[in-house]
Amino acid sequence: MSQVTATPQAAPPDSSREDRERARKRTARKNTLIAYSFIAPNFIGFLALTMIPIVFSIVLAFMKWDSANPMEFVGFDNFRKLPTDSTFLIALKNTIFFAVVTVPLTILCSMVLALLLNAPIRARVFFRSVYFFPYVASLVAVAVVWNMLFHPDMGPVNSILHALGVENPPRWSADVNWALPTVMGMNIWKNMGYYMIVYLAALQGIPRELYEAAVMDGANAWNRLTHVTLPMLTSTTFFVLIMNVINAFKVFDQVYMMTQGGPGRSSMVLVYHIYNSAFIKFEFGYASAISVVLFAIVLTVTILQFRMEKKFVNNI
Amino acid sequence: MEGIAGMKKGPGHIIGRILIYVILIAGTVMMLVPFVWMLSSSLKLSKDVFSFPIVWVPNPLHWENYKEIWEKITLVTYFKNTFKLTIIITMIQLATSSFAAYAFAKLHFKGRDMLFMAYIGTIAIPWQVYMVPQYIMMSKLGLADSHLSLILMQSFTAFGVFMMRQFYQSIPDDLCEAARIDGLTEYGIWARIMVPLSRPALATLTIFTFVTVWNDFMGPLIYLSSNERKTIQLGLRLFITQYSADYNLIMAASLVSLIPVFIIFASLQRFFVEGVATSGMKG
Repeated sequence: MSQVTATPQAAPPDSSREDRERARKRTARKNTLIAYSFIAPNFIGFLALTMIPIVFSIVLAFMKWDSANPMEFVGFDNFRKLPTDSTFLIALKNTIFFAVVTVPLTILCSMVLALLLNAPIRARVFFRSVYFFPYVASLVAVAVVWNMLFHPDMGPVNSILHALGVENPPRWSADVNWALPTVMGMNIWKNMGYYMIVYLAALQGIPRELYEAAVMDGANAWNRLTHVTLPMLTSTTFFVLIMNVINAFKVFDQVYMMTQGGPGRSSMVLVYHIYNSAFIKFEFGYASAISVVLFAIVLTVTILQFRMEKKFVNNI
Repeated sequence: MEGIAGMKKGPGHIIGRILIYVILIAGTVMMLVPFVWMLSSSLKLSKDVFSFPIVWVPNPLHWENYKEIWEKITLVTYFKNTFKLTIIITMIQLATSSFAAYAFAKLHFKGRDMLFMAYIGTIAIPWQVYMVPQYIMMSKLGLADSHLSLILMQSFTAFGVFMMRQFYQSIPDDLCEAARIDGLTEYGIWARIMVPLSRPALATLTIFTFVTVWNDFMGPLIYLSSNERKTIQLGLRLFITQYSADYNLIMAASLVSLIPVFIIFASLQRFFVEGVATSGMKG
């Protein structure tokens, strides 16, 4: 690998080895300084606003603080409170449910869409744009239109269901059992286009020769899908899986906009509980304890998935 | 995959093609209906929004709804604030990310890989995990309810550095080496070679940052309390709660809030697709 700066100020030819050594060290130090000067503007902001808060969140989890009175060290009290807090338990259960349902469905929909769009079809750019647009549309606007479409009494969805003879259509976001699934449906609808693009890029990277060889061996379309396409997508799928799981655990906006965690606490999720604890009830220490739990879950799931990926990808 | 030797093209093939189109078109309808309904409802009277069977093209078209929303709420202020935040954050993000990415991709120094790993590691940590201590820090600095807090928060992302580094790595080292021999400093190489070459990546990062900042809801929700500082998403949300029965106006305001993103999306679609594809690749 090359050194950073151009030819180091070459030491005079008659100088001793020590001098040359010193000159080399000086150049290296200078190079490092230059490199740091490139990184510094971003790094200082990043350190102060991301790294330090991350560390601070763990410290804060062991504190009691309401922003008005002085901070107080309470040990594991905040964590001991968690299993007795029914809202936390509901939020945890709902968030896991949200992840377990939306993650596989989003992956499945986006993969199928990508496979279809990768076939030789007309208007591919049009389809691709249409499926991708909801991802870049703002959640506030999208959530309000979904809430109107799924309005329990007047919404066109239920009007259509009535017209089709459904006696008691679900009351969607106003129903204890349907509120979370309604948010989940919106979430899948909004995000699948993004992962579809990720899959499309991966599909286009699969060498044609593999398909040609498969055809030569007499593989039909189904065999080609299961023996060439899907195995070649494994590492992309792991990436999509990790992203999806992380996104599922940080779900907030959708819930805030569509159900406010209700009816009752039926669609309460972890980040919503963090938000309420910190910014509504000013229990900053307790909110941080929930954050630490959220962090631990995301970290565990990510590490597990990386382990699994290693095993899987090596086996192919 | 067309034209691979030996692939059958029988009646099954044609049925397959038709099936593909049917599924894709059905999907397209599902994706578009909410937006079409939004447009259609925004041109109706509030009492007609939920009339059934659905009237897709209202008669007459109530364009005055689009005038009324600007009078009912300080939409102009929200738009101005959001544009201001978006432009400042995008500019800082572009400058500092591409600067740092140059060092990570093309310079050799002690601790480079470790530092980069620390950056990448934090991409996987949701902001929601550290938003509380971050807010406390900001309010201790007296930055609660200020635009500066949001600018500081969103300008220095690991994602930007990661994306730019991916791109810089595809530029051959020889090019930098040649420039060094010609006597350019590292700063000169960055400014005169890397930045011009990385225009597509910069464009991608620009639109991603733009869309993220424009659509951000939770950040402004936590930080901004006074009305004259609020962003379009907060403003729209406020509108929705204040005029909850004016369905037509809500739809009109929602549509207006989508326009900037839609224009950018429609005109720079290629960069969006490239951006997603790069971020999806393993570094």
